[in-house]
Amino acid sequence: MGIFDYFRQPRQKSASVAKERLQIIVARERAARGGPDYLPAMQQELLQVIRKYVKVNDDAVQMNVDREGDCEVLELNITLPDDRG
Amino acid sequence: MARIVVITSGKGGVGKTTTSAAIATGLALRGHKTAVIDFDVGLRNLDLIMGCERRVVYDFVNVINGDANLKQALIRDKRADNLYILPASQTRDKDALTQDGVERVLNELSEDFEYIICDSPAGIERGALMAAYFADEAIVVTNPEVSSVRDSDRILGILASKTRQVEQGGEPIQGRLLLTRYAAERAARGEMLSIEDVGEILAIDLLGVIPESQAVLNASNAGQPVVLDEESDAGQAYQDAVDRFLGEERPLRFVDVPKKGFFGRLFGG
Repeated sequence: MGIFDYFRQPRQKSASVAKERLQIIVARERAARGGPDYLPAMQQELLQVIRKYVKVNDDAVQMNVDREGDCEVLELNITLPDDRG
Repeated sequence: MARIVVITSGKGGVGKTTTSAAIATGLALRGHKTAVIDFDVGLRNLDLIMGCERRVVYDFVNVINGDANLKQALIRDKRADNLYILPASQTRDKDALTQDGVERVLNELSEDFEYIICDSPAGIERGALMAAYFADEAIVVTNPEVSSVRDSDRILGILASKTRQVEQGGEPIQGRLLLTRYAAERAARGEMLSIEDVGEILAIDLLGVIPESQAVLNASNAGQPVVLDEESDAGQAYQDAVDRFLGEERPLRFVDVPKKGFFGRLFGG
């Protein structure tokens, strides 16, 4: 670090930004990985069905596949808005 | 029985072919009979990096289709006695690599080679899946850069589920990280993901670190695998990686920043 660097604004180094972003996206993609291939399509169709009745955001339907012993558990979370339409 | 090793990455341009050429040449120079196969059908390039592009007569797909036998298609390397190259076809037919065909060729090669190095194409299409499917182990080539690291993680997911070994009820194959184009000074300044950062995210064993180096372009210009350039940092780093691949212990080199003197520290660099 040179003498002139002391006067610069301290800011987050780009590598640590890169690492944080990667940790988040990689964790998310790993969570989706184990699941069956039809999951994203099913998620979209569920969203359309829910939208027939309730106005919800694109991220309102969350799905997770977990493995418990020999069983696969499909967990479905639907977030409804406060003011039901 | 040969050991089948896939060199893969997901992302293009990170050094798969350079690495395939270097590792295959390094193994052959150590006395192991090695074949290196280009799986990038339609975009053949291993021949150029190995400097044998004018000696290609028959290719991988010719052998699969029975138009030529393996002996006719394999190109004997002029520098290393134990090294043979099987070039990719330039056909645009994406389905040319059939699983049965690839298996037949690998089985035949297995009979008299010790190592078969599969140079995977980028992406996750058929060529990449076929290069990985029959592998006993993998070398994942990654640059210290976000898109490369993410794609490597995706490839690790595929290696964990879509190989013959797993489908036959065996353990997932082991993938080891080869970090390429690493610039220690930039990492020390916090401008580049460090070896530790990439290792922490991908969570696999480290096979080696290849420094960003002029020698790599010089080598590809000349059609000489960079591992043969024994003076160069990248050449030596690949030699170390080959030794580690064979189970030897080698300390990491070219990963530390040279210490600056008083004036260097005062005025920066």
